[in-house]
Amino acid sequence: MSVIAAGEPAPQFTLKQEDGEPFARADLEDRTTVLVFYPFAFSPVCTDQLNLYEEVLDEFAARGATLYGVSCDSSWSQTAFREQLGVSIAQLSDFEPKGAACRAFGVLHEGGFPQRALFVIGPDARVRWSYQAPSPGDLPGANLIFDALAD
Amino acid sequence: MSDLGSAPVPPPGPTDHVRGPGDATLVIEYADFECPYCAALSARLAALRLRRVFRHFPVKSSHPRAWAAACAAEAAALQGCFWEMHDSLFADPARLEDPHLWERAAVLGLDLERFDAERRSEAVRARVKADFRSGIRAGVVTTPCVFAGGASYAGRAAIAALDALDGEG
Repeated sequence: MSVIAAGEPAPQFTLKQEDGEPFARADLEDRTTVLVFYPFAFSPVCTDQLNLYEEVLDEFAARGATLYGVSCDSSWSQTAFREQLGVSIAQLSDFEPKGAACRAFGVLHEGGFPQRALFVIGPDARVRWSYQAPSPGDLPGANLIFDALAD
Repeated sequence: MSDLGSAPVPPPGPTDHVRGPGDATLVIEYADFECPYCAALSARLAALRLRRVFRHFPVKSSHPRAWAAACAAEAAALQGCFWEMHDSLFADPARLEDPHLWERAAVLGLDLERFDAERRSEAVRARVKADFRSGIRAGVVTTPCVFAGGASYAGRAAIAALDALDGEG
């Protein structure tokens, strides 16, 4: 499975927002979206990652980009995780059918959880930039996202 | 809107907090006063012969008082006591509420009224933020993060890296 590359259209997918509403490909249109796929709610590296990105959330907003966390955890777990961290990054759940959106984006780990991966998706719903960490334990810096947004 | 894209870690500049002999190995550290690994790293650094540069990397969602502590250190710096406040904060990092910060400032003999006004000032926040942004651009993702000898080391690996540098010192 390979990660959807820059220039390719975003695949069809449906994730679930924390309020239960769907979040699908059409929701990517007319704005810039950053999808942050992370392996597990409450795991140590994911905690550092969301805390770090939270610090510069206003800078993403200033560049017209909305950031979402994506994992295969249920929405209940994601909300509990977000609240425990004290972050405001909205969460999207790939719980049922489990991992389907991760598979569509080419980032489903064989262990049944998302690779640590980032996508910047333009208003035309095309992938502008994608990145998969060398291992799920490696945390990509926010600078990489800013580089992609500046391109 | 200033750039937050990738950039090398800045070399020591006139606004940096630097200590240690000029001929010793240079270590640039991004740290947060509420981070226990940073306190451990700082104790280790103090035992080595190194030229140290301290830069702020407060992460408030993990450490709600990290920004207040960083600003207190910068306000102390305006009265010539950055490293004294740095050492005080890391020696006893569980006490970071306002009365604790005032007490630390009093022990250091600072002008308290000035300290309290300056730690809340926009200039001091901007100074802390400038460090944080240079860290973001250099790819800092967690604290502590140490740059030395052209490489960077994050978290607990930073302490092991220092042990290796000590051998070269």
